[in-house]
Amino acid sequence: MPQVTLTVNGQAHTAEVEGRTLLVELLREKLRLTGTHVGCDTSQCGACVVHINGESVKSCTTLAVMADGANVTTIEGLAAADGTLHAMQEAFREYHALQCGFCTPGMVMSAIDLVNKHPDGITEQQIREGLEGNLCRCTGYHNIVKAIAAAADVMHGKRTEIARAAE
Amino acid sequence: MYDFAYHKPASVADAVKLLADPDTKAISGGHTLLPALKHRLNRPSALVDLSGIAEMKGIRRQGNAIVVGALTRHVEVATNAEVAAAIPALAYMAGHIGDVQVRNRGTIGGSVSNNDPAADYPAAVLGLGATVHTSKRKIAADDFFLGMFTTALEADEILVAVEFPIVDKAGYAKMKNPASRYVMAGVFVSKAGGAVRVAVNGAGPCVFRQADMEKALAANWSADALAGISQSPDGLNADIHGSAEYRAHLVGVMAKRALAAAG
Ligand SMILES: Cc1cc2nc3c(=O)[nH]c(=O)nc-3n(C[C@H](O)[C@H](O)[C@H](O)COP(=O)(O)OP(=O)(O)OC[C@H]3O[C@@H](n4cnc5c(N)ncnc54)[C@H](O)[C@@H]3O)c2cc1C
Ligand code: FES
Ligand code: FES
Repeated sequence: MPQVTLTVNGQAHTAEVEGRTLLVELLREKLRLTGTHVGCDTSQCGACVVHINGESVKSCTTLAVMADGANVTTIEGLAAADGTLHAMQEAFREYHALQCGFCTPGMVMSAIDLVNKHPDGITEQQIREGLEGNLCRCTGYHNIVKAIAAAADVMHGKRTEIARAAE
Repeated sequence: MYDFAYHKPASVADAVKLLADPDTKAISGGHTLLPALKHRLNRPSALVDLSGIAEMKGIRRQGNAIVVGALTRHVEVATNAEVAAAIPALAYMAGHIGDVQVRNRGTIGGSVSNNDPAADYPAAVLGLGATVHTSKRKIAADDFFLGMFTTALEADEILVAVEFPIVDKAGYAKMKNPASRYVMAGVFVSKAGGAVRVAVNGAGPCVFRQADMEKALAANWSADALAGISQSPDGLNADIHGSAEYRAHLVGVMAKRALAAAG
């Protein structure tokens, strides 16, 4: 059986996998990192998005063997060791950007990559287009877009804290 | 998904040897193949991962052409400065394939060899009159796309690069399916001196050239020239997303938009 060595959330792992094992299966079933979700079998919903070497990728459409040697970050790797949330997580909480929460891990991972790719600032239009690969059945997206804009201000150093949501 | 053996060769020559077995299949970005394998539409005994082959990577300018290595991901073509300067319509097209995560993994080689009727790249390859470089030969775009999911590639032949000529003007417009982002109907137009090409994707079972539009635009490169031309619905795709007549209508609309984008 093929062997995969990869770094997940800063920790090195080596695992035996089958050729067909998907990265999301390795993460959820072998490493027990169940924050990354599977919401479809057509590679469309984005619930499974993780970062491979800093870029957002659908882990349901990547073979574990293809991530050999990669640096993977999942939703579990975002908060600081003391539990302090990443600005994007904090913004999703503040702006009520989730209801059932199923899409949230993928949304947050996609959103962080999106904001990182727009270091000079990001418009509402760019946020909406950048979320094409993430589906949410609950929220209607508005609060997700607001949360990402608020997190971008902190990630870009324009503010030190997430702006409070309007009452 | 059925299980398979996994190989990761480091050269085109080694990959070709592995692909000599008819039960093996190449994989690049996996964003077409893996969804198909999940649905058990295919049962290869082994996958040959091309992603470690250095000679299939990179974008370079070569004379009056841009040569894009087969492993180049959509995001790289979309954001490459040389492509943006030389053939902006190509960068635009690549930047509008699927979604961000699809563009982060999917490759030109996978898309062009797959020849999905609803894919974007075939329109750019045919619409620009590109040349496909394979492990054996060079194939002109006009001889490459043979039918639905069918190309001139042989089973053990690998697409290595695509050479796009730098043209005077080019533009692309598509109507996408709002759920899947795949093309309902798209048109890629280009003009190089007096030579005009109009390639239509999404509408038919295979990308094709629209001869009436090419003739009209060669005589008069303007939206007026397209006014009297209608695309026949005969042989076009009809499915739950749209009828053949609707797609035929879209071809006319997309041609005008592509022309406007080309300037
Ligand atoms: C949700 C979603 C939305 C999408 N939307 C679009 C869209 O709007 N427009 C669009 O054009 N595409 C779309 N795609 C498809 C995407 O662009 C694919 O990435 C692309 O078509 C195939 O590239 P790949 O590298 O992923 O190929 P793979 O999946 O790795 O391979 C595809 C096929 O090509 C063969 N192959 C791969 N590389 C080579 C090579 N170098 N030489 C010979 N054969 C090779 C494989 O054996 C396989 O049969 C979408 C995909 C998904 C999952
Ligand atoms: S699980 Fe839906 S895109 Fe990956
Ligand atoms: S919060 Fe339920 S799917 Fe997005």
